[in-house]
Amino acid sequence: MKFNSKWTRQHLIGIEELSREEINIILATAASFKQTMQRSNKKLPTLRGRSIVNFFMEPSTRTRMAFEVAAGNLSADVITITGNASSLVKGETIRDTAANIKALNADMIIMRHSSAGAPKYLSRVVDLPIINAGDGAHEHPTQALLDCYTLQENLKNIEGRKITILGDILFSRVARSNIWALKKLGAQVTVAGPATLVPKEFTQFGVEVCHDLRKALEDADAVMLLRIQHERQNATHFPSIGEYTRMFGLNKERASWLKPDAIIMHPGPINRGVEIDSQLADSDRSVILQQVTNGIAVRMAVIYLCMNASLQSIK
Amino acid sequence: MSNLRIIGGRVIDPVNNIDEVRDLYCINGKIAASPSDEQKAEAETIDATGLIVCPGLVDIHVHFREPGQTHKEDIYTGTRAAAAGGFTTCVCMPNTSPVCDNAGTIQLIQDSISRNGLINVHPTGCITLGMEGKKLAPIGSLKNAGAIAITDDGKCVQDNQLMRKALEYCKMFDLCVMDHCQDDSLTRDAVMNEGEVSVRLGLTGWPSAAEDLIVSRNIILSRITGAHIHMQHISSADSVELLRQAKKEGVNVTGEAMPHHMALTDECLSDYDSNFKMNPPLRTETDRLAVIQGLLDGALDIIATDHAPHTDYEKDVELDQAPFGIIGLETCLAICLQVLHRSQKANLSQIIAWLTHKPAAILGLEAGTLGEGTNADICIFDPNETWEVSHETLHGRSSNSPWLGKKLQGRVYMTIVGGRKVLENNIILEK
Repeated sequence: MKFNSKWTRQHLIGIEELSREEINIILATAASFKQTMQRSNKKLPTLRGRSIVNFFMEPSTRTRMAFEVAAGNLSADVITITGNASSLVKGETIRDTAANIKALNADMIIMRHSSAGAPKYLSRVVDLPIINAGDGAHEHPTQALLDCYTLQENLKNIEGRKITILGDILFSRVARSNIWALKKLGAQVTVAGPATLVPKEFTQFGVEVCHDLRKALEDADAVMLLRIQHERQNATHFPSIGEYTRMFGLNKERASWLKPDAIIMHPGPINRGVEIDSQLADSDRSVILQQVTNGIAVRMAVIYLCMNASLQSIK
Repeated sequence: MSNLRIIGGRVIDPVNNIDEVRDLYCINGKIAASPSDEQKAEAETIDATGLIVCPGLVDIHVHFREPGQTHKEDIYTGTRAAAAGGFTTCVCMPNTSPVCDNAGTIQLIQDSISRNGLINVHPTGCITLGMEGKKLAPIGSLKNAGAIAITDDGKCVQDNQLMRKALEYCKMFDLCVMDHCQDDSLTRDAVMNEGEVSVRLGLTGWPSAAEDLIVSRNIILSRITGAHIHMQHISSADSVELLRQAKKEGVNVTGEAMPHHMALTDECLSDYDSNFKMNPPLRTETDRLAVIQGLLDGALDIIATDHAPHTDYEKDVELDQAPFGIIGLETCLAICLQVLHRSQKANLSQIIAWLTHKPAAILGLEAGTLGEGTNADICIFDPNETWEVSHETLHGRSSNSPWLGKKLQGRVYMTIVGGRKVLENNIILEK
């Protein structure tokens, strides 16, 4: 594969700073990797001899595994470190941990952290490419990229489409990254959910804030559901899970308000019977598992592009 | 003690309505208007031509971290940073370790001040035991030990009845209560000002309302008790307006502005740099301009720094994990000149008043004037000299400044305490 010289970033911290063209470079690169994933031998020799550290300080199933698979598909060596198994529990700062990772000859760090801004901070203080795999409530860029990829696969184009993001927007890094990505790609974005979790400040990012579920879902081409993040909220944000489901959960009746060919998306992990009706999650309209598979191709593209940019900058 | 003759400088002494080029004499540690010929002859001459000569600056809100957190700062290093910033009197906050809720800790600080202090320092005592907001500290004993005011700074008494009783009790001793205005229930896990920027950065917001609620409460409690409450570090436009209205009514409240709240906004947090994280947080442009306007029209009374040192390794972490606070003593004058003077909002005399006799008056300190017979505490500065804030140019133990690496205009040339030079041309002069 020929390296796209228009891509010059060695870090991927957020979607906010990317241009539309850069997003399209990643999506196009992911499309070619998706083809190679369908071969019987999925491995490409591209990053043979490179080592990548998956530095995960928060629990993760999908993202962590998808990054491991993506790096493996590119023949890089992958080492995964989790927060509770690292020296952070002994009081080491992430700056020192990252400096040690570099001293151990790693070529890239993929980082998940509960503190917003941690990857940006690390990219300032450690001379290694940093890929953000989710930081606090800030950004989760590869999730938004795989969501855009999945939307393109199903809807052909994103420009002009009405996309509704429903749920806990305030605490969601997925929502923020998707808002930036979808706006840059020309979609009309609506964020919906209870007023305590969908603050009016979001209108300043060029999206519609809506607390009326019918208006939010009507004529939408896709709905992205978000999990209610119990671990981030105190009791003041909504009365109960039961009330959330009754007022804002996606059930069959509410799904019928969407456009007939609209798709249902979810970054996972899903809580069946809470934000989404269990059968809907498994229905034909649901592309939840397709999103997961696309996550590999998108992450291959991100690792590949950033690693190459990093090598170019060394030359 | 040598006598000093400061010649050729523009002497600005706001409380005495002086702003003119004249000579100034320090004889036996005091300001002398008409020294004898013999005293004149033997005095050391200091040429202040082209410089401003004003009363030594007064900061009634600093953290010198002694006892208990002396890896960040102590009275030795803190008073040297103060001298470098032109300050000759500081009032240090009681959130030390242990906190100043007992006479013994105040005495320990007093002892260190007399051994290590390069400038005048006054300790304060806590409002509540352990600064826990539950039981009154022995405020009378703290006053007897030397506490100049009472405050739980860093924390805010949430219990309204306890605050009311503290005010009634302090009024009996003629002690000012300095309050850090923060409603805890609105600021749980908060990192920065709540608004568009916090939402964009995914950081938990700290609404202005948290400050406004307590400022309102304090105005109401001051009205019913008659006690003097000094509201520390006012950062929100609505709080400025609340103070403006309360003063119109004659309520016994005062308010303080910080250089950083007048110079910076929450947009500065976009790089997650912890040298822009402090409590209360940097707010919006509207708030920034309101704080400046508050000083100009008297809604706010004084400028203070909230000098809050932390080491590089404490600050150099994820933003939400980093401690709140920045240093301020050495950059205060330059920032005030930038924000208030060169922007043509205020003249030098006004700025010097906010940094000298006005803060002194809030706590009844004998400082902030060049009147005849007063202690010769003097600051001589060049309003035009440009310098770079760096680990090398700072004199304190910590360098957690938002202006680190930046060039500032306005620098202290000399600081004189009680007629003795303690800083000259960036060199500390030890006793």
